[in-house]
Amino acid sequence: MSAAADKLEVAVKGRSLFSDAFRRLAANKAAVVSIGLLSLIVLACVVGPWLSPNDYFTQDYGAIWVGPTLTDAHWLGTDGLGRDLFVRVLEGGRISLMIGLVATLVSLVIGVAYGATAGYAGGRVDGAMMRIVDILYAMPFLFFVILLMVFFGRNILLIFVAIGAINWLDMARIVRGQTLALKSQPFIEAARMAGAPAPVIVARHIVPNLLGVVAVYITLTIPQVILFESFLSFLGLGVAEPATSWGALIKDGADEMNRAPWLLIVPGLFLAATLFCFNFIGDGLRDALDPKDR
Amino acid sequence: MLGYAAKRLLGAIPTLFILLTLAFVMMRAAPGGPFDMDRELPPEVRANLEAKYHLDEPLIAQYGRYLWDVVHFDFGPSFQYRDVTVNQLIEAGFPVSATLGGASLLFALVLGIPLGMLAALRQNRITDYLAMTTAMLGISIPNFVLAPLMILVFAVYNDWLPAGGLGGWQNYVLPVVALGTAMMAYVARLVRASTIEVMRSNYVRTARAKGLSSLRVICVHALPASLTPVVSFLGPAAAGIITGSVVIETIFGIPGLGQFFVIGALNRDYTLVMGVVLFYGILIVLFNLLVDLLYGWLDPRVTYS
Repeated sequence: MSAAADKLEVAVKGRSLFSDAFRRLAANKAAVVSIGLLSLIVLACVVGPWLSPNDYFTQDYGAIWVGPTLTDAHWLGTDGLGRDLFVRVLEGGRISLMIGLVATLVSLVIGVAYGATAGYAGGRVDGAMMRIVDILYAMPFLFFVILLMVFFGRNILLIFVAIGAINWLDMARIVRGQTLALKSQPFIEAARMAGAPAPVIVARHIVPNLLGVVAVYITLTIPQVILFESFLSFLGLGVAEPATSWGALIKDGADEMNRAPWLLIVPGLFLAATLFCFNFIGDGLRDALDPKDR
Repeated sequence: MLGYAAKRLLGAIPTLFILLTLAFVMMRAAPGGPFDMDRELPPEVRANLEAKYHLDEPLIAQYGRYLWDVVHFDFGPSFQYRDVTVNQLIEAGFPVSATLGGASLLFALVLGIPLGMLAALRQNRITDYLAMTTAMLGISIPNFVLAPLMILVFAVYNDWLPAGGLGGWQNYVLPVVALGTAMMAYVARLVRASTIEVMRSNYVRTARAKGLSSLRVICVHALPASLTPVVSFLGPAAAGIITGSVVIETIFGIPGLGQFFVIGALNRDYTLVMGVVLFYGILIVLFNLLVDLLYGWLDPRVTYS
């Protein structure tokens, strides 16, 4: 930013919603600690596997059922096949986090487009579109996803599509509600007066104003998706061997917990810590963006 | 109110119809069949089996037959369990699942409501932070992590409680805690938020000004109003219990509907799986209706439209 603009900023002391929200988020200790811890976990998942001398599928027959030792080459121990748990947990984290991100994006795109269209169109179109959402809402989707996995095999692409297809419903409802509120604002009317066509109004004026709500919703959806994928993997329906995810590791650990409790505890800890952080950040963001108690 | 209930039930029919159709289509689109075994069946045997289960008819006729039967609450014979109908399996499994789910819900309410109240009344103090961190932990630890850990501690390392199966009340302790903890945490958070708002409201201030004891203000004046969000949470909670019971029943080896579903899905017992899904669908519709009626009864400002 140039010096002149800097001066202007000081003179006006403008406080946008986002700078305000950011300040309040920074004051929220739980959220700040969560952001730090989550960054650490993500960083570990991204670079960690390269730091270890082991990889996630090679079996070390000299080290089977080894407990966690920081001195050994296997920092967090090994499983019954002699595979290194440290690398497997981080590798599983990559998959879990990636599924969380991608499936959330899928539901975001569908949900925002659908909700904003319904809300802006209003009237009968809105009624019909929301009726469809209501009907879909009542479906026990989890059961269908389980069936899909059983019938068509374990396929990562299918997991994305299935989870994204479920989660957009919430998003669509929230976005529609916000759009209804925004629609009657003067700046939308001004845009309409200026002759902007409806798609342009939705894309240029409505959607950017939804970002706050969407940001909160994203941080709360990612942990849901991660949890859901872990749930599927735990039932043996998630990613296929030798690839792994936190849920799959927890399942393996639960099967062998009498003999090797660390196989359950370590991935359980990573999963719980990640969900914990996301939930706290989502909470903090919601508080920060909520103008109610300003 | 009766009119509203009738309207809601009628409105549920298309939902259930779509559910049934979707279920049927998936059942038939799935590769592989219930009679695919390791050893190929002789063609005559296969033909006889298919004739017995009407699998040789045209699809539309099968669909019509299934629809007709389901409307009469007949979910057909199980493919997997010989000589047992899906109705019998549901009758056997549902009481077990309902006991587990009901007890978990009770556990969540009995612990969650006081925890939330306590946190709200001590807002921004150490009690509040402790309670809410506990609640966040409860939400963040998935039940399929909590359950094996509890088995490890309470059944393997210490022989305090049975690790699974079904016998006395002891068998229910661990599954109920595993299934109810996340719900308890949600309830606590909801109650905290609503209590904070209610305690600031004018009528509570009036009650205080009248000189009522704070216990009376909290229990008689504030509590009912702060419980309304919990009532509307019961709908999603029921759905959560149902999905949770799938994994909890599998972990603890409890012969409920959830376990039947997983075993049925893995063995391609189509009729059983579809029966359970439809049964759950009907259950959720009824439960949501009940919650809405209860909500209107608790909060007179809500009108049925």
